[in-house]
Amino acid sequence: MSNRGDVLAVLRDNARYTNEDIARQTGLSEEEVESVVDDLESEGVIKGYTAVVDWEAVEGGDEPIRATVELNVTLDRETSYTDIADRIAKFSQVKSLRLISGDYDFDMLVEGDSMSEVSHFISDKIAPIPEITQTVTHYIMESYKEQGIEFGDGPDDDRLSISP
Amino acid sequence: MTFEPADRVDQVPPSGIRRFFELAEEMDDIISLGVGEPDFSTPWSAREAAIASLEQGKTSYTANRGKRELRERIAADVAERYGLDYDPDEEVLVTTGASEGVDLAFRSLLNPGDEVAVAQPCYVSYKPGVTFAGGDVIDVPTRVEDDFKLTREVLEDSGAADADALVMCYPNNPTGATMTGAELEPIAEFAREHDLLVFSDEIYSELSYEHDHTSIATLPGMRERTVVFNGFSKAYAMTGLRLGYALAPPEAITAMNRVHQYTMLSAPTTPQYAAMDALDNCADEVAAMREQYDRRRQFVLSRFEEMGVECFEATGAFYVFPEVPDPWTDAETFAEDLLEAESVAMVPGDAFGAGGGGHLRASYATGLDDLKEAMDRLERFVEDAD
Repeated sequence: MSNRGDVLAVLRDNARYTNEDIARQTGLSEEEVESVVDDLESEGVIKGYTAVVDWEAVEGGDEPIRATVELNVTLDRETSYTDIADRIAKFSQVKSLRLISGDYDFDMLVEGDSMSEVSHFISDKIAPIPEITQTVTHYIMESYKEQGIEFGDGPDDDRLSISP
Repeated sequence: MTFEPADRVDQVPPSGIRRFFELAEEMDDIISLGVGEPDFSTPWSAREAAIASLEQGKTSYTANRGKRELRERIAADVAERYGLDYDPDEEVLVTTGASEGVDLAFRSLLNPGDEVAVAQPCYVSYKPGVTFAGGDVIDVPTRVEDDFKLTREVLEDSGAADADALVMCYPNNPTGATMTGAELEPIAEFAREHDLLVFSDEIYSELSYEHDHTSIATLPGMRERTVVFNGFSKAYAMTGLRLGYALAPPEAITAMNRVHQYTMLSAPTTPQYAAMDALDNCADEVAAMREQYDRRRQFVLSRFEEMGVECFEATGAFYVFPEVPDPWTDAETFAEDLLEAESVAMVPGDAFGAGGGGHLRASYATGLDDLKEAMDRLERFVEDAD
């Protein structure tokens, strides 16, 4: 794999590794890693870094209300999927937005402090967009795995401490 | 009549890692780099296939040689990956772990007094296996200056020319050494010249990081004198499911199966279903695990270099084999001192036979966070001793 591919693979595993630790895992020097990461960031390959949080484990009940929303749209000569997506993605409540194949067009993840906040956002801000013909909202009740990371404790390491 | 061990059992010492295991087991919160098995679980798809087979009540014996559908898949798999061409009906035997295959080969193909050259350091069971089968072991110590590869020179120096058979394992446990096709050529030539059978344990074949694995059985004139052992334990993280296989010409498999049918009847059934699914569906997981091991390998090698601990560049399995750092001279003392002071376990190289002294086996079949912590502790320990 290329240097960029190697560094990207390590970062996708754990974006908190230091450049030093990435260097040790890829056989690159620390300076090379730094320059590869800089390039990946400045070229927009890496869009950002974020923590994967299990909100159920957070004390104090700050768990946001989340919903995935199916959006159907109509297109015309002047309006493409990208035009519509640009309008929707600008709302800070929209956490992810994807064009998908199948029965509906966009798959949108929305986050808010309460169900009424999320509902109002969809009815007041999303549904009235002229190109949107239908919205179907699914509130997320429980998360078991996010970004490839399983929630829950996982199995204990019950291997023998020494084996041949 | 008393329960005295038979002579051939009595002459085999208890495993060298046993004492160390007992020491480590007494301690809490150790980070063990002494584990000879993957830290991953079997890919879920294979586990689910095993569960489904139980739900469907598939709990009877299989054919002695293993389920035919499994043997067909094994034959197709080794053909595709290593260019090994074996007939699933006559030349493949499914065994209870690769270890059973090794034992069967010794018991069914060696006569009392046969001499068996064993390339070392090596997995702990080859030498006892030869002894249990009535054979005599010729120690063939590989050398750190050869990166623990087997060479014609060490074969000649150790008297292997007089042997009837040669046992070798690459990628190697405990050293992490691998051998390329070109490096295997002189070994094959030696085996042909001196008419040796070759028992080639290739259980780590999927874990070769710098070059593709070559099986010695694919070299000219070798297929007819080689038994290849492989299995699902390492690549598919299925150690506890105990499933391996042997590949050899029909005469060898027939002889091995004669012992197998009386002693084992058939390899366990549930793992055979897991193995079929593993071959069908788990290539991506194997690749992902290999990538993780390779990163950890490079990480550990970098850390040894940074702390001035000599370690040749291991290129396979999930082990590195560093030298005991100064001022220690003895691996066992170092390993015990390290365990006591920093709660990090590594296995003294002596436990793996000739040529292992003065070295330690460090397994990187452990998550990177633990590896980082273990290396930090090791660094502190080595620096404090200076």
